[in-house]
Amino acid sequence: MKHKVATTVNGRRHEHEVEPRLLLVHYLRDVVGLTGTHIGCDTSQCGACTILVDGKAVKSCTMFAVQAEGRNLTTIEGMAKDGQLHPLQQAFWDEHGLQCGYCTPGFIMAAAYLLSQNPNPTDDEIRKGLEGNLCRCTGYVNIIKSVRSAAAAMGGAPARAGEKSVAGR
Amino acid sequence: MAVTTMIGAKIHRREDPRLVTGHGSYVDDMQQVGMAYMSVVRSSQAHARIKSIDITDASKAPGVVAIYTARDFKAVLSGGLPVTESLIADKKYVPNQFPIAESEVVYFGEPVAVVLADERYQAADAAERVQVEYDPLPVVVDFEKAMQKGSEKAHSDGPDNIAWDVNFPGGDIEAAFKEADVTVKERIIQQRVFPMSMEPRTVMANFVPFANQLTLWTSTQVPHFVRIFLCFGLGIPESQIRVIAPDVGGGFGSKLRPYPEEYLAAASSKLSGRPVKWVEGRTENLQATTHGRGHIFDVEVAAKKDGTLLGLKVTNLSDNGAYVGVFGALQSALALLLAPGCYKWEAVHGRTVGILTNKMSTDPYRGAGRPEAAHLVERAVDLVAQELKMDPAELRRKNFPSEAEFPFTNALGMVYDSGNYAKTLDKAQQMVGYDDLRRRQSELRKQGRYLGIGLSTYVEICGVGPSAATSHVSGNLSLVESSVVRVHPTGSVTVAVGTHSHGQGHDTTFAQIVADALGVPYESVEIHHGDTADTPFGYGTYGSRSLAVGGISIYTSCQKVVDKAKKIAAHMLEAADDDVVFDQGRFHVKGSPERAKTMGEVAFAAHLPGLPEGMEAGLEAVTYFDPPNFTWPFGAHICVVEVDPETGAVDIQKYIAVDDCGNIINPMIVDGQIHGGVAQGIGQALFEEVVYAEDTGQLRTGTLLDYNIPGMGEIPELELDRTITPSPTNVLGVKGVGEAGTIAASAAVINAVVDALSPFGIKHVDMPASPDRLWKMIKEARK
Repeated sequence: MKHKVATTVNGRRHEHEVEPRLLLVHYLRDVVGLTGTHIGCDTSQCGACTILVDGKAVKSCTMFAVQAEGRNLTTIEGMAKDGQLHPLQQAFWDEHGLQCGYCTPGFIMAAAYLLSQNPNPTDDEIRKGLEGNLCRCTGYVNIIKSVRSAAAAMGGAPARAGEKSVAGR
Repeated sequence: MAVTTMIGAKIHRREDPRLVTGHGSYVDDMQQVGMAYMSVVRSSQAHARIKSIDITDASKAPGVVAIYTARDFKAVLSGGLPVTESLIADKKYVPNQFPIAESEVVYFGEPVAVVLADERYQAADAAERVQVEYDPLPVVVDFEKAMQKGSEKAHSDGPDNIAWDVNFPGGDIEAAFKEADVTVKERIIQQRVFPMSMEPRTVMANFVPFANQLTLWTSTQVPHFVRIFLCFGLGIPESQIRVIAPDVGGGFGSKLRPYPEEYLAAASSKLSGRPVKWVEGRTENLQATTHGRGHIFDVEVAAKKDGTLLGLKVTNLSDNGAYVGVFGALQSALALLLAPGCYKWEAVHGRTVGILTNKMSTDPYRGAGRPEAAHLVERAVDLVAQELKMDPAELRRKNFPSEAEFPFTNALGMVYDSGNYAKTLDKAQQMVGYDDLRRRQSELRKQGRYLGIGLSTYVEICGVGPSAATSHVSGNLSLVESSVVRVHPTGSVTVAVGTHSHGQGHDTTFAQIVADALGVPYESVEIHHGDTADTPFGYGTYGSRSLAVGGISIYTSCQKVVDKAKKIAAHMLEAADDDVVFDQGRFHVKGSPERAKTMGEVAFAAHLPGLPEGMEAGLEAVTYFDPPNFTWPFGAHICVVEVDPETGAVDIQKYIAVDDCGNIINPMIVDGQIHGGVAQGIGQALFEEVVYAEDTGQLRTGTLLDYNIPGMGEIPELELDRTITPSPTNVLGVKGVGEAGTIAASAAVINAVVDALSPFGIKHVDMPASPDRLWKMIKEARK
């Protein structure tokens, strides 16, 4: 039996009939057609599918689509506005915060939530805030830098000095 | 080359804007009209005979299109998965692997049936309703036991479990041991690990009936390699198969072979007449994607009492799993050929035995043999230093070849192209404040605190490979790399390559090379890779070969283009060819730089009438590059840890990496590669281990809940620096950096842990150095 579900995704309203067991992440990817949200595990460890539900970071594999009824969802596709990258997207680009790019949308969405709660996190707070996301390429060093630099760009305190992992040439 | 502007510059990656906005295109982001989803029914047993497969109930499940077993696939598939015939001269037993089990399953997770259904969830539901009855057979899990005479067999019809047994002799090993004042012995385990790219594998196949055409989208590092083997397996001409590896979410060696599911999806599309997609779940990925490492190394070292290294004996037992990996044996070969490390030895003797077990195959994982080599030799020299009560840095320095000794031939005949090992070690020691740190260590010990300092001075091998050196251990592969450089009439450039980028940033770095070599704007250069329809045949991306082989191929093609363009320019300038100079994209007659033709103008002329007599139109070149030697990056890493003796917890307080990968195209990308590599090495050293149940062969670390890859809290800040010793092997002086971090890191971490625990009399710690393992060792030592 299918259930009606109405959501707002990146500001646009969607109405569909879906199976009650359909995971929110599959709804976004297969029904709404937004494939920027990725799937990296089946036990809710990796965080690749992180989106914002009413502004809060949620692993979209941990919710059913029908539970998103009436909610405001933001996915990675909704972050850039008017042809301008979101400061987090810009920072990940500038700081080489991604390699294969698969985990990146999840990291950016989780970081967006973190910065909404704590505009000027310390490195330790970034590590704690993003511990639910896994990356196998970057060793996290440049992800932390990216979040730090986005925080500065978004009006938090300037990026911390004493940043250590720059190679001399 | 003209003055460079792009090579060596920190250029932000052109790949990123699409990836940070959700506009990447990974295989599961694509659909085909009329597509069915494939779900694979996998063996619940590690070793059993298949008594029956009953699909009656599953066939009634909603949305089911078809259910196929080995019998169905035999109609459209033949042969088996490839195995490079490494070490074949001494090969004992290499079982053929058909993509799906027919009568006997030999590992937990082996495909036994596939289900096609209209929707994703329907395929998964129906797969659960396929009834497979098994007759259990004895399960072989312990690979050391499996090599013994009379052991139960991983394949019931095999003669035994020995895949190979080969010696690598180098020098008079007995004489070296006779000369020794001191010998040390240790068993060093390289546990099995999961490569765990964040994107699991995904395949979409579209066979067009009556046209006999197949398009296969697959998450792979080696699209051309996959195409060749699909051609063999399906009997479809290579020209009728198009393999596309679009954005790929990491590989780390686990996506560099043709896989059963690629054959099964393609064959299912052919059998059903519908496009077919298969998406690997993470739990499935851990069962069905190749594992890394899985070795025992028994190591014996002979040395003089002044610390001079004499002899090294290494016996390698390799846990192959049920089928020898496509590059399985190559890893053991590399582990032994590089076991001498960056030291002078009188003699080194290696032996490797490949052993079949009822587990998933082991195949390359970042480093593929070199992390094993670095780990064993770096542990071995520390054992000697501990025995002689010498400083491990001093002992290392004493045994390095000097800069003047390059090219340096190691004890097993490998020729290291260039190096300055003392320089990287000096720099790393300076960065960490080595002498102060040693003083602090002894002060802390008095307070009952256990600080450890671990060194890892590694050398590795990249640029695989010169076919003359590799063909006899790679199953007669030539391992060349290819490029087509095409300058369009309006001067923009398309470069098509046989390598594949899945995080390495080739779109950016290759364009940097081309921009300099042709003297054209970086923005005007487009790199194509990953689609066999518009790229030349190449062996793909692994073994840190894409720059040192693929990049040189591109540079060589550019030189060919410049040579032709020069002739056209000379004609345009009414000068002799030899009088024309090429300088940063402009051609002019010697002494008259003011009257110049740009590469763009020449490209336009190349497509118009009025070319020099006998010259064909167009401006493009093709190169299949076979390098003259490997390249040999090196470096020194130092890890500082504190171990809590009450909990066994390891706190990494500092991690220094000084690497030398020759000349650098893009320093930002080089640093990123080191970061990621080190994180994977730390993961293996402290956290990761694949565990199979000894009795049943069931995978006990079957989900990300049970297997710990490092998260943000586990990886410390990394401090990087480098030296630059250009490679004399190629014209750009480059070496490669994709795996260096992983190769160096596990030894640095474990040497630090052992150093921390040496006051307890502990001489060796196996990986992962988990709190549990260390706590038990400390408790035992305190008794």
